[in-house]
Amino acid sequence: MKKVQRTMITGFWVLLAGSMAWATGTGERQEVERLVLATTTSTENSGLLEELLPPFEEEYGVVVDVIAVGTGQALEIGRSGDADVLMVHAPALEAEFVAEGYGVERVYFMYNDFVVLGPTSDPAGVRDARDASGAFGAIAEAQAPFISRGDNSGTHVKELSMWSAAGEADVAGAGPWYREVGQGMGAVITLANEQQAYTLADRGTFLAYQGDIDLEIVHQGDPELFNPYGIIAVDPQRHPHVKVELAQALVDYVTSAPGQAIVDEYRIAGEQLFFPAVE
Amino acid sequence: MNREAFLEAVRLLLALDRELVAITFNSLRFALASTAIAAVISTPLGVLIAFREFAGKRLLVSAMHTLMGLPTVVVGLLVFSLLSRSGPLGGLGLMFSPSAVVIGQSVLALPIVLSLVYSGLSRLDPELRETLVTLGASPVQRTTKILREGRIAVASAILTAFGRVVGEVGTAMMLGGNIRWYTRTITTAIALETQKGAFALSVALGVVLLLVAFGVNFGLNYLIRFRGGTA
Repeated sequence: MKKVQRTMITGFWVLLAGSMAWATGTGERQEVERLVLATTTSTENSGLLEELLPPFEEEYGVVVDVIAVGTGQALEIGRSGDADVLMVHAPALEAEFVAEGYGVERVYFMYNDFVVLGPTSDPAGVRDARDASGAFGAIAEAQAPFISRGDNSGTHVKELSMWSAAGEADVAGAGPWYREVGQGMGAVITLANEQQAYTLADRGTFLAYQGDIDLEIVHQGDPELFNPYGIIAVDPQRHPHVKVELAQALVDYVTSAPGQAIVDEYRIAGEQLFFPAVE
Repeated sequence: MNREAFLEAVRLLLALDRELVAITFNSLRFALASTAIAAVISTPLGVLIAFREFAGKRLLVSAMHTLMGLPTVVVGLLVFSLLSRSGPLGGLGLMFSPSAVVIGQSVLALPIVLSLVYSGLSRLDPELRETLVTLGASPVQRTTKILREGRIAVASAILTAFGRVVGEVGTAMMLGGNIRWYTRTITTAIALETQKGAFALSVALGVVLLLVAFGVNFGLNYLIRFRGGTA
């Protein structure tokens, strides 16, 4: 018995030391070049990047590390120099980013639109609204539960501008019906579905989630809800370590005919999620 | 949520799905490496503190115990501010890499190993060290002997730290960025991918993590009984 225990304990130490040595040794593999792409959640949650990136990775022999966060956070990651290239959708914030010298150039490459989602029963009567600000006004009027991204993402920025247009500039303190959750688009759609609340979503992510939720589009089509996506290489003058040539190659690729074709052809359940913006 | 997802999870586990294995591999790799770093630093320190008297020892010991409860997101924030390109160690370019996760998890594991090694060793006979000194043992011989005597305590400390870091999500998420095939771990995958519809994968990963956690606790229990039996 003693011998068995001895063997077990020795075995434990050998196993522990061995596995630790292995883990520490394989800590970092730098043989492949990596490009860090900080992106809005919608491009990743919708599955587009899994189609769009592999041909680029293959051609250039790089691995693109995708960090999916809100547009606001993606821009912050760019400002601090922790990403090489950004894919975002808040034109005003993007322009500011480039003007401050953090981005080389903002390149517009695709678009879709935002849709207002809500429960089938539509308790706030949003379907009767004539335009987007009317839709938001109806939700505020009814004090119907609304889930806000609350993360300074492109969708959040758009949502806040819609509340302003609806005369609800300080919606953040409007009451318990307005719920800021600080999460990505997919999480917010799931949450809104669980709570049968209204929310604003980009069409791409909504289509990707459509099969799993009961929420419906209760308002769409207002030009105000247009949603343009830009891609920006981080400026090496601010951050000399960024891989600007590769970043620029990615920008060129997504705006090239093959890249645009992938955007154009990407479908979920037969529906087109994003539209190419380069003529 | 639905039956198909659970069946799919079982299929992923049985077929040793490539992504499932890769994510599990990452989790184990990061946790093992950080526990190793913590063990190498903390074990000798623990021996030192346990067998030396010095001013402020009590304060140090209570600080050690307090740090065992470091919230993971606070460690994430701290290491983030150090490793980010705009932070003091930004030049190393470690942000959003496996190294960043290992650094964060090492910070979590350090006080755990230190505290538990210290507690375990201070329960050893205090005369042990004096006897060793009297017998003319060199410092290295003394430390080796003490560690032999306290090996179960050291093993428990390492296992406990491993159990904590393998299941933590805060630092892995903030420092690794949940990058697929690179820094995605069991915990970040479950936290973030569930919402993206990868429910089956999350369930399968949850099962793996449970097995790891049970394994760790089974091991701990065994060590404690073993110590009880032979002490």
